[in-house]
This record gives sequence, C-alpha cells and structure tokens, in this order.
Amino acid sequence: SGLRRLACTPSSCPRVCIVGGGPAGFYTAQHILKAHPAIQVDIYERLPIPYGLVRFGVAPDHPEVKNVINTFTQTAQHERCSYHGNVSVGKDVSVEELRQAYHAVVLSYGAEVNRTLGVPGENLAGVYSAKDFVGWYNGVPCNKDLKPDLSGETAVILGQGNVALDVARILLSPHDILTNTDITQPSLEALANSRVRRVLIVGRRGPLQVACTIKEIREMVNLTGTRPDMLSADFKGIAEVLKDLPRPRKRLTELMMKAVQATPAGDGLTSRQWGFRFLRSPVEVLPSPDLTRTAGIRLGVNRLEGSGDGARAVPTGETEDIECEMVISSIGYQSLPIDPAVPFDPRKAIIPNAMGRVLQATGLYCSGWIKRGPTGVIGTTMNDSFDTARALIQDIETGVLDISTVKPGSQTVTPLLQKRGVNPVSFSDWEKIDVEEMKRGTVVGKPREKLLDVTEMLKTAHS
Amino acid sequence: YCNAMTVRSENKITINFINRDGEKLTVKGSPGDSLLDVVIDQNLDIDGFGACEGTLACSTCHLIFDEDVYKQLGPVTDEEMDMLDLAYGLSDTSRLGCQICLTKSLEGMTARVPEGVSDMRQSDLGTTSSSS
Ligand SMILES: Cc1cc2nc3c(=O)[nH]c(=O)nc-3n(C[C@H](O)[C@H](O)[C@H](O)COP(=O)(O)OP(=O)(O)OC[C@H]3O[C@@H](n4cnc5c(N)ncnc54)[C@H](O)[C@@H]3O)c2cc1C
Ligand code: FES
Repeated sequence: SGLRRLACTPSSCPRVCIVGGGPAGFYTAQHILKAHPAIQVDIYERLPIPYGLVRFGVAPDHPEVKNVINTFTQTAQHERCSYHGNVSVGKDVSVEELRQAYHAVVLSYGAEVNRTLGVPGENLAGVYSAKDFVGWYNGVPCNKDLKPDLSGETAVILGQGNVALDVARILLSPHDILTNTDITQPSLEALANSRVRRVLIVGRRGPLQVACTIKEIREMVNLTGTRPDMLSADFKGIAEVLKDLPRPRKRLTELMMKAVQATPAGDGLTSRQWGFRFLRSPVEVLPSPDLTRTAGIRLGVNRLEGSGDGARAVPTGETEDIECEMVISSIGYQSLPIDPAVPFDPRKAIIPNAMGRVLQATGLYCSGWIKRGPTGVIGTTMNDSFDTARALIQDIETGVLDISTVKPGSQTVTPLLQKRGVNPVSFSDWEKIDVEEMKRGTVVGKPREKLLDVTEMLKTAHS
Repeated sequence: YCNAMTVRSENKITINFINRDGEKLTVKGSPGDSLLDVVIDQNLDIDGFGACEGTLACSTCHLIFDEDVYKQLGPVTDEEMDMLDLAYGLSDTSRLGCQICLTKSLEGMTARVPEGVSDMRQSDLGTTSSSS
C-alpha cells in the first residue's frame, strides 16, 4: 500500500466504494477503474463470498453463465480495487459513515426478498418461495436447512419467468445431468429421491406475455426423459397473430406451440412432465384434510384486457383447483431499503435515480437490480452498471462531484469495523475458500462443493 | 468453437470493427479464429464484449453486418438465435461474434458494434423473475 499512496497523492486520489459484490458491483467497479486512472475502488459485500446471484442464483447446470466470474476476478485483483467481504452495510457500517469516508458511494445490493403471494394457506408445509428453493440447491447459507418435501407427484410453480423455469428444470432433470455440477450435495441427494413427476408453471396472463426467455423453454423442450403437458386450447387464435409479432416474441411463441403439438394425448403420467398453465392467479393454497400440509391450489381464472406486453389480467370470478403437494412461488424478487438515510421508492421497490444518480443525494449512485428492479439477465445488469459508472465519472469531470477534499476510505472504515467486532474477508481470503471448495469438489467429481455455513467460510478464510 | 473446424493458415484476414463511439478498428485475424478470438487477441477495447467467453450464454458479442457479408457468414443455429433475441438493437443482419469463424472470403469485411444504450423495454423479455 506504500506504493499505492505514491501513485496518487492523497489530495488527487478519489475514493469510491461499492455496496454489494454481485454483477452490478463488479461491472460498476470494472468500468470506473477503466475510465479513470486514479480512482480507488473498495467493494463491501455482506457475505464472505463474492459474486451475488452468479453464485447463488444462476442454475448449477448453467456453468457457462458463470464464466463472468473470470472477469470479476480480474477486477477484484486490479491494483486500485479491494474487496471487503463479510461486511453488512446498514448494520456493520452505515451509509452515512461510508459517505464520510468516500467521495462517492454506489449502492449495488440487489433484491434480497421474495415477493409474497398474499393468499390464504401460503404458510402451509409444502409451500416454498423460489428464492429459498434456489438458495437451497445453490448453497445460500440461510437456506441450507430448507429440506423441501419432494415426496409428492405434482409441483405447481407460480410465475413464468426464468427463475420459474430454472426451478422446473432442476426438479425434473435426470440425476446424471446434475451430478457433475456445483449443486450442493444435500440437495443433489434429496433430488435423487424426489417423487416429483409433474411440474405445472402457472402465469396470470397468456402465452404472448410469458416472461421467460426462449433459451429456458428450449431447455425444457429438450430435457431428457420429460414431455410437455400443455393445453392446446390456451393457444387458440395465437397462430393468427404470430406473423405480426417482433422476432423474439414470435420465435418464443412458435417454440411453445411446438411443445403443444408434442403433448401426448391422454393424461397418463408415463414420464416426467412439464407444462404452462395460463390466465390463472393463485386464490388459496388448499390444505390436506388434517390441515397440516399442501394438498392443492385454487386458481382464479382470468381473461385478458388489451393485448401484447401491456395486456392486463382481469379475474372472471371462476376458479379451478389443481391437486398438488408442492407449491413454489416465483412471482419475483424485491429490494429492501438499506438505510433510512437513502431515498427509497416503496412502490417500485427501487432507489429513485436518474441514470444511476440517486435523486437528491449528491455522491450517491446505484446500479443493478436495486436501480432497475429485479428483471433482466446479467447482460442487462452489465449495461446499466456501465451507465452508472459513466455518470459517476462524468460528475467527477464536470465538478458535480467534489473530489478536492481528502477522503480516507477504508483507512477509517476498517478500524471502525474491527471496533465493532467485524472481521472482513479480503479477496485473497476468499481465494482460500475457493481453493477449499474446489478441493472438496474433486473428491465427489464436481467442479466445486460449496461451503454452506458462514462460520465455516470465515474459519477457512482466516486460516 | 471455430478452431476445431478449420485448419489454421498463415494468411491473415483483415477485418474492421466499428466501435460504439463510431471509431474504426482495423485488425488482422487468422482463418478459423472466431470474431471473439480476434477481439481478445488484439485486445480491442469494446465494452463488455464476450462476457460468457464464447459459450452462447450471453449476447454481449452481438455484431451487425452488411447484408452481403451477413449472407457469407454461414448458418445460424437455434441456440445462437435464442441468445440474439435478447440482444440490444437486434437487426436482420445481427450475429454473435463468438459464433463467426473467419474465412478468406471475409477479407476486408466490417462488423459494427451495436449501441449499448439501456432500453428498459428491451429487457422485458429477459426478465428473470416476475410472473407474466
Ligand atoms: C434464480 C436466478 C437465476 C438467474 N439466472 C440467470 C442466468 O442464468 N443468466 C443471467 O444472465 N442472469 C440470471 N439471473 C439474473 C442475474 O443474476 C441478475 O441480473 C444479477 O445478479 C443482478 O445483479 P445485482 O448485482 O444487482 O444483484 P445480486 O446479484 O443480488 O448482488 C447483490 C449483492 O449485494 C450483496 N448485499 C446485499 N445486501 C447487502 C448489504 N447490506 N451490504 C453489503 N452487501 C449486500 C448481496 O449479498 C449480493 O452479493 C438470475 C437471477 C436469479 C434470481
Ligand atoms: S460471448 Fe457470450 S454469446 Fe458470444
């Protein structure tokens, strides 16, 4: 660090910190470091482990998506960047304290809760949020004891986004597809004994409004040992409007129609099955006779008002029951306010901003899901993070952001954390966890076996 | 992706990239290289290019070609089309750079990097979690 201080005299060295070590945090850091020759960037992440949903969200059978980690690693190892894991901003250190210590603070802490259904029966055994279910198979420490009951035949997933399709695919994948992924060993074993044979993916609107991407549907269509279970009636009139759709929507719809045609006649459960159900909203999770667990779901039948992306689902008043032993709600992630000092739009559940500049708060920026809301792939997050970085650099160049005062950065934050009993994890500490996980993976023929417990992560990091 | 299919030769091919800001980057690549290989090997400064490292899991290597060049680029797989459908500024002559192999007939061609402006509506289809 002696050399670092030589590279920029204290007065000329702008300091920026980023809250959250997911894709938004890393892409924002990457672009700031590239676009400015002197800025020091510190990344604060709540967990000991970096990469956010790339590690804890992206499905284990999508290892290629995780290649972005290579670029994030380069960023973390950049001479002007440092990573501070195991620091929960808002709890261990306040945003105000960070603003004192840095010229600018970028909030990139994502969307950490699952939206709730708000229907009776939601708390019955057998009802899970997609976030917890994904967290369970991906090794999120607080989900390791979820132990979902997989003894039923039918699972209903509420929501038709990519997360819903990830969950459907993991539930129906043949065991040997998952064995050499980084899925956690306890969930791999539980899935091997799963009796789930049929997964219905329910959306409140129609086939032209599904929110998932075509890649995820194609994977379902091509999944070994499974067949589609779709209702041809749902696609009445769709063929006629197909030609006027934009190409992405058209191709996606055509693929679903292919799946309709591949649906076998009769409804015997011959092999594992998956299918979409449209124009249905959850009304109530139905309990078993002894009222202890899920036995079905009551769905309200909707009709569409308007067309295209803007079409609205309007209840018709009719309902329909589906027998199922498991309900997974995948109706979206949601961000929470981090600190009373930071503006928050409770309706949109984002930090109000213009191009990543937090409104009415000079020196505060945001990127990723907390900026846009919890939609979009990593590429979307990348672009919006680059935009935020550009805005920040521009503010330095135009003098909107005053960097003439000296800011101490982690030199004051680190002692503050120590005083509070927080022991941060540096990037090289994380690399010890990384090595350990890969070592454990080799033993069981997987790319990695994730540590599931924060205490164990910290022990390994500080060994 | 490409190297396995074509034998390398010493005859380099000249290609032009038009970057987002309009700057023209002229470089040489070997037959059998993908356009992603060329961007990496030549250290071209194209923001965010090749995030998934050529594994058809992103669309950050999206490039737009002239009609006549596009026709020479070879067939498009469904999987490439699937990822392209998520790209910003999709056009009829769009391809993913990591799926394009250099051949001699592409000598002198131009590939344009689409603008990276975030358009919220564009990301609707890429939504990962909201229900429909
Ligand atoms: C289940 C699932 C699967 C997905 N699969 C894909 C896929 O296959 N392909 C794809 O392109 N995209 C996928 N996505 C989307 C992608 O993950 C997101 O676009 C991206 O992760 C959003 O980045 P982010 O940095 O805003 O949020 P996150 O990735 O959530 O990162 C936020 C980070 O902030 C940290 N944090 C939170 N609170 C605090 C705090 N108080 N202090 C410090 N740190 C904090 C969190 O621990 C986390 O590391 C998926 C998303 C989900 C949910
Ligand atoms: S680099 Fe990701 S698809 Fe080409």
